[in-house]
Amino acid sequence: MANAILEAKTHSDGAVARIELRGDIDGSAREALNGAYADAAGATAVTLDFTHVDYINSTGIALIVGLLARARADACAISALGLSDHYREIFEITRLSDFMTIIADSEGAPA
Amino acid sequence: MAVSERTIRRVVWRRTRREDREETAIAQPALEAEPAPLPAADLGAFEIAPNDPLVAYFQGSVGAVDIGALDLESAALEKLRGEGVTLVVPLIANGELIGLLNVGRRLSDQDFSADDRRLLETLAAQAAPAVRVGQLVREQQAELRERDRLEQELAVAQLIQQNFLPKELPLLDGWQVAAYYRAARAVGGDFYDFIELSDGRLGLVIGDVTDKGVPAAMVMAATRSVLRASAQRLIEPGDVLARVNDNLCPDIPENMFVTCFYGVLDPATGHLRYANAGHNLPLWQTAGESGDLRATGMPLGLLPGMKYEERETTLADGATVLLYSDGLIEAHDSAREMFGTERTTPLLRDGHEPAVVIEGLLAALDGFTGPELEQEDDITLVVLRRAAGQSAAAKPVAEMSAAAVSEPEAVGVLADFTIASAPGNERDAMRRVGEAAGALALEPERLERLKTAAAEATMNAMEHGNGYRDGVDVRIVVSADAAEVIVAITDSGAAPQTEPATKPDIDAKLEGRQSPRGWGLFLIERMVDEVRQSSHADGHTVELVMHLEGGPDGQRDS
Repeated sequence: MANAILEAKTHSDGAVARIELRGDIDGSAREALNGAYADAAGATAVTLDFTHVDYINSTGIALIVGLLARARADACAISALGLSDHYREIFEITRLSDFMTIIADSEGAPA
Repeated sequence: MAVSERTIRRVVWRRTRREDREETAIAQPALEAEPAPLPAADLGAFEIAPNDPLVAYFQGSVGAVDIGALDLESAALEKLRGEGVTLVVPLIANGELIGLLNVGRRLSDQDFSADDRRLLETLAAQAAPAVRVGQLVREQQAELRERDRLEQELAVAQLIQQNFLPKELPLLDGWQVAAYYRAARAVGGDFYDFIELSDGRLGLVIGDVTDKGVPAAMVMAATRSVLRASAQRLIEPGDVLARVNDNLCPDIPENMFVTCFYGVLDPATGHLRYANAGHNLPLWQTAGESGDLRATGMPLGLLPGMKYEERETTLADGATVLLYSDGLIEAHDSAREMFGTERTTPLLRDGHEPAVVIEGLLAALDGFTGPELEQEDDITLVVLRRAAGQSAAAKPVAEMSAAAVSEPEAVGVLADFTIASAPGNERDAMRRVGEAAGALALEPERLERLKTAAAEATMNAMEHGNGYRDGVDVRIVVSADAAEVIVAITDSGAAPQTEPATKPDIDAKLEGRQSPRGWGLFLIERMVDEVRQSSHADGHTVELVMHLEGGPDGQRDS
């Protein structure tokens, strides 16, 4: 299986942004993830869309922790969309879910 | 005379086997066969590829052929001309082209006369059946030699096997013991043993070497010897198996391993302490209950430094225990269904003598497989029964629950592979672990957790153990028995694959008091039911254990 380098695209309307993630969230995702968050500068709410993410490893979790730390400094609320049951469980075990709103698929944020 | 010509060469094809030939076929099937390698003595002989156009040409030709006049794109034709052959007469036996009679230039350098040709054709016609007979004899002799060699190897394997099985059964007060071994035609690597220990205790052994024939018999003999020596020196069964494993690892042939159950029985009290290196779980039965003897551990000879879980129980009065090999429960009927443990357990009932229990098992097995089917694998059965009324107090301890005995879906090593140490390769490890464990009775979400743990442990092994060095691989072995699946991940570093001992705390990480990293081991420990780490001369191994459905803690959640 070819490892999929993360692509992250930011859709922002100023106050609210959605970062569409595509690929693997591991060590190789650092630039894409940080760049996409920088593109959302000024937003007070950012949704990370994990719908097209198949793999998140511990290094990826560290990157998300870093993003949460920056968001906290920026007073920006983070939410997560499209997580599989497995990664949702991992977000709970690591308590990432205490610092971001996990949106269930059925709540249907724009895709 | 034509026979005085300078060069007579012959070309021979190996014919297809008689039964492979169609009755109406002329020579075509023979020509599809690969050319036989010719003995070194036939210096002038060479092979012609079956698809060479020359072959097709000679099939359709009659009598001697001047090859100088032939216009064919044929490597064989070039070669014949190069060797100075001018005239070729096909050798035909029973309508099949079996060779060529090749003739060079006449000494006189004159062309062959019509008489010469007729003479050669007569010679070819008479020689062909004789050549064919010669070919057949040679083929038959080769077949016989091969059969003799196989028979001899089987006899040697059987001899080794039988010499290392106990000649006598142990005599124990208050116990009856019976044992049975029946080799399959190919002779597997089954073995059992009784080891007299100090204080009247008895070591019970049953094992199975993967593979068959002489190599398996040799490994079986070595395992038995090391086990006997270790059992006298070490008390705990888990330590004994660990020692045997460490002794076997350096020398065992690749792709071979040994499953083995070892227990120490105190005949006076019925107390049994045991460990299991991936062997079929022994079954027990008392008047009202039945179950198996579970303990976790990797098969012997795969990875050094393994640890073996120890468990204990007390066999109550009237209890029957069956140690067996997979030749029993994995025997198939004509519909390819397996005999299984649920057919076995009921046959332990009724407090029969061990010898009667074995007879009953064999009768049921023979009835199941039917008379026509050849025995697939060695069958080994050892039955112990504690006489009733020995001790009023003895009862099975709590861990011997009467849980339903589950059918093993896959037992043994499911995958054994290496991964180069490079970033991102953990995904490959994850996929292959997923494929290997995918057929087991593991709920999908627990399979995902196992895969995530395997990916994280592989990352740790590549990074901390192997330092992402070129040519230093991570080895991953996936094995399973009826109760659990174990993923063993080994690097070549001496230090444990642990990260900083600080427990990851997200509050501290968000406030910058802790690095955002350091999640790997934390995740691993929360993803699987058990994590075991061991260091040994060749590196460090992390074992990830996941209980299967039907296992004692199969439904356990985090």
